[in-house]
Amino acid sequence: MEESKGLNCFFSTEAILTENLTKVFKTRVGNIIALEDVNISVKQGEFLCIVGPSGCGKTTFLRILGGLEKQTSGRFYMRSRNPQKPLTSMVFQGDSIFPWMTVAENVTYGLRIKGIPPRDRREAAIRFLKLMGLLKFIDAYPYQLSGGMKQRINVARAFVSDPEILLMDEPFGALDEQNRLILQQELLKIWEGSGKTSLFITHSIDEALMLGDRVMVMTAHPGKIKAIVEVDIERPRNILLLRSSPEFASLYREIWHLLQEEVEKAKARELSA
Amino acid sequence: MSMAEEQIEKTFGQVIVKEEKARMQSKAVAGRELLLKVLAFLSPSLLLVLWEILSRLGVIDVRLFSSPSRIFYALIPMLYSGELLYHTMVSTRRIVLGFLAGAIPGVAIGLSMGLFPPVRASLMPMVAATFPIPKLAVMPLILIIFGLGETSKIFTIAIGVFYLVLINTMAGVLNIDEIYLDVAKNFGASRLQFYTTVALPGALPMIFAGFKLGMGTALLLIVAAELSAAKAGVGWMVWRAYDMFDIEKMFVALITMAFLGYVFSSLLDLIERIVIPWKNPKG
Repeated sequence: MEESKGLNCFFSTEAILTENLTKVFKTRVGNIIALEDVNISVKQGEFLCIVGPSGCGKTTFLRILGGLEKQTSGRFYMRSRNPQKPLTSMVFQGDSIFPWMTVAENVTYGLRIKGIPPRDRREAAIRFLKLMGLLKFIDAYPYQLSGGMKQRINVARAFVSDPEILLMDEPFGALDEQNRLILQQELLKIWEGSGKTSLFITHSIDEALMLGDRVMVMTAHPGKIKAIVEVDIERPRNILLLRSSPEFASLYREIWHLLQEEVEKAKARELSA
Repeated sequence: MSMAEEQIEKTFGQVIVKEEKARMQSKAVAGRELLLKVLAFLSPSLLLVLWEILSRLGVIDVRLFSSPSRIFYALIPMLYSGELLYHTMVSTRRIVLGFLAGAIPGVAIGLSMGLFPPVRASLMPMVAATFPIPKLAVMPLILIIFGLGETSKIFTIAIGVFYLVLINTMAGVLNIDEIYLDVAKNFGASRLQFYTTVALPGALPMIFAGFKLGMGTALLLIVAAELSAAKAGVGWMVWRAYDMFDIEKMFVALITMAFLGYVFSSLLDLIERIVIPWKNPKG
């Protein structure tokens, strides 16, 4: 992103590198440090999950990488291997597909912005919706879709624009358990074929372990990296079998302990305030 | 009969009973819906009948309140002679032209005020200051400026429509959920792309709400606009009937206005369904 001087080591295998990334929000009650000195490097094609108590700056971190906000200090680098492609696409939390566009128009919004002609957009929509089993809804409007379908479109919209890096902010947070499992499996399927570097915020340790190569655990107030946990579970993964494996159980415990400390600290802070 | 069969019969018996109950319930629902429809038709008809009876019995004064049959007998010749159609067309032309003259600049200025903070900052004080002035109070001034012709009537209606459409359009743009702005930004939309893919479609429902409010005001203002210096129109009919103390004709004009209002609002609903096919019909 920025000029490369001062860059210590940004290897060709890395897609993202952040250096002391800090974000301070000025509010009436004083400054809130949303992010403090976040240093992480994400490998090309890696799936990194981010967990942490609410208010730990996860979303802020993603929004800075996605260009929706500016950091207060520090810097980050992102590698663009193909200047034709957009660098990042974001999957937003909750309902963010345009109600005034059909499914096809929503899914190909990124292509429209890039000036791809309508016929090619239509083809891309057909190809992708077929893959997701949503072809018969291609000309439907969002009000005609269920919550699960809307989130599929939300994810599809980011994939169709074919970015180098995918930034996903709790895309399945509002879904029920069954839909969640189905969408996780679908996401894994598309992602494994694409090899895209992906950052994925979640509240759920389960979800982080099912999807991620690594899990970044954050602390709140200020938002810092507490630990990074390697998820050594081979791919392709089967979400249902995964849950009952012993590695999964021990990783779950490890992350739970890390998070529990944070949750208790947050509670203590609330009580003293 | 074995125990198992007995068991099955017991179970199936219960199932049948339940099915019947369900069928009866759906019948009851359908019956209730029918009853509501009948009521919606019956209660106004009943009111008309009551009105007729009371006027014939002399309980209400027909000189003031007329009666359904008298109004009907006044209406028929007016329909045949083309008198009613003529006045309706004159008013319709004024309403349509006034509506367009108010709505088009209302949308244009409302959009730019919603999209560009400098435009909003410079125009908002004037809009806020002049909006509360009753449009009827401006009419004499309009008459002096535009004379007694059609222009003054169209302008009066246009002013009333203009403010409502402008304020709704601006609010429509400002109320677009921020997440959609983020999506456009994240995909790298240019300003122009943002206007055409997010701002305008996102504001459309509110713009139409403004149109509907504006149409209501247009019907209100037509009566006032045709009060002074008019020679035709449904509003003029009311005032003419007042001068002649022709209560039946007055009622005919009122009914025509109700009809006009219904036609215009149905027309707007129809256009809305075509322009905003993505709007959930269930609200």
